[in-house]
Amino acid sequence: MTAPNPAPPMIKMAGVDKFFGPLHVLKNVNLEVPKGQVVVVLGPSGSGKSTLCRTINRLEPINSGTIEVDGQPLPAEGKELARLRADVGMVFQSFNLFAHKSIVDNVLLAPTKVRKVPSNEALEHATELLERVGIANQAEKFPAQLSGGQQQRAAIARALAMRPKVMLFDEPTSALDPEMVQEVLDVMTTLAKEGMTMLVVTHEMGFARKAADRVIFMADGEIVEDSTPTEFFSAPKSNRAKDFLGKILTH
Amino acid sequence: MSVLTNFSSLFLSAFGTTLKLFAFSAVGSLILGTFLAMLRVSPVPVFRAAATTYVGMLRNTPLTLVFFFFTFAYPLLKILKLDPDPTAIVALTLYTSAFVCEVVRSGINTVPVGQAEASRALGLTFSQMLASVVLPQALRAVVPPLVSTMIALLKNTTVAAGFSVQDAGSISYSLSEAGADTLVGLGWVAFFFVLLVIPLTLLQRSLEKRWSVAR
Repeated sequence: MTAPNPAPPMIKMAGVDKFFGPLHVLKNVNLEVPKGQVVVVLGPSGSGKSTLCRTINRLEPINSGTIEVDGQPLPAEGKELARLRADVGMVFQSFNLFAHKSIVDNVLLAPTKVRKVPSNEALEHATELLERVGIANQAEKFPAQLSGGQQQRAAIARALAMRPKVMLFDEPTSALDPEMVQEVLDVMTTLAKEGMTMLVVTHEMGFARKAADRVIFMADGEIVEDSTPTEFFSAPKSNRAKDFLGKILTH
Repeated sequence: MSVLTNFSSLFLSAFGTTLKLFAFSAVGSLILGTFLAMLRVSPVPVFRAAATTYVGMLRNTPLTLVFFFFTFAYPLLKILKLDPDPTAIVALTLYTSAFVCEVVRSGINTVPVGQAEASRALGLTFSQMLASVVLPQALRAVVPPLVSTMIALLKNTTVAAGFSVQDAGSISYSLSEAGADTLVGLGWVAFFFVLLVIPLTLLQRSLEKRWSVAR
C-alpha cells in the first residue's frame, strides 16, 4: 500500500509546446494551479494567453508536453474527452450561447443531455443559477434579445450548470460595452470568493488586483512572470512586464 | 373541362400515386440527406470520403439513369424484388438525398464555429452537438433551398411514368390511348402541379417566419 497522494493540482501543464504552422505560440509552458486558486493570465495580444486557456480542455490540441486536469491526463478526442470537458467550465469572449434556444434551455441542455439530470431537478438548478447571475427574469428570452452583459452572465450560468471543478474564462469581458463589464466581473468575483478554481484570461487589471490569488504574465508564448497581484503590479521583475504595465496603466 | 370530368378517376388515382411517391421520397431523402451531411462533416475521414463519393455519383447522374439502374440492373442482383412504385421511391429518394445533403451541409457551414466549441466545452459528444445545436440551426438557415429541392422532387416524380408507374406523368399516355385531347389533359396536369406546390410554398413562408426570431 502506498501512502495516499496529496490532492493533485486542478490544472497541471508540463513542457507544453504548441505551434500554429511555423508560429510557436506556446513555448515549454509549465503551470500548476492548485484547487481553489484564482489565476489571472495577463499579457499583450498575441502572447498565447488565449491559446493557453483553450489547450486546457483541448479545444486546441498541443504538439508536445502533458496537461492534466484534477490528476487526469487529457484523453484524445472522443467520449473520454467529452466526460472530462463536462467537468471543466468555459466562458468565451463571444459568449457562444446557443442562438436557437432560450436562455433557460441554454442552461438546461448540457445537464440533461450529458449528465442525464432529471428535467425538474435540472430546471430547479438552472433557475437558481440564473437568479444568482441576476437574469432570472430573462429566462424565456432568446440570446439575441439580451444585452452583451446579460448574455455573458447567462453563459457563466450555463457553464456552472455542469457543476464544474474548474472554470476557464477566455477574455470574458473583451467583447462587452464598457458599462456592462462590471456586472460580469461582479459575478466572477463572487464565484472566486466562493472558492471556485478559476483561470481567467483578461485585460481587466481591476479584477486581477481584487480577485486574483496569482498573476501569470505571458509574452511571446512564454510565462514570463508568476507572482501575486500585489507583487506584479507594484514591483514587476521583468522589463517586458514593466513595459506592458507602463502602457496600460499610464492612462 | 370534359377531359377532366370524363377521366376524373384517372386523374384522381394518378395524382394519388404522385403524392404517394412524393411523400415517401421526401421523408426518405430528408432523413438520408441529413445523415449524409452529418457524415460529410464527420471527423472520421472514411465517413467523409464515403458520403462525398455518394453525393458525387448521384448528383452527377441523370435521374432517368438512376431509374434505369433500379428497373433493369438492380433486379439482376437478385437481392429483393421491387414493384414499380417502390422502385420509383427508392430511385427518387437516393437521387434527391444527394441534393438534400449538399443543402444541409451548406446550412451547417453557416453555423458559427463558436456554437460547436461551446457544445464541446460543455461535454457534448459529436453526435449530441450535431443533433442538439448545429443541425437545428443549420436547418433553420436553409429552409428556402430545402423547399426548392422538395418542389423539384415533386416534379421529378413524373419521370417514374416512363418506368411502369401510373402517376400524374402517365396521364397523357392514358388519354391518348383513349383518344381524348392530350393537350387539354396536360394543361390540367400542369394546373394540379401548381396547386400541389402552393402548400409547400406556404410551409416555407411559415417556417421562415417562425424561426426568424431566434437569429
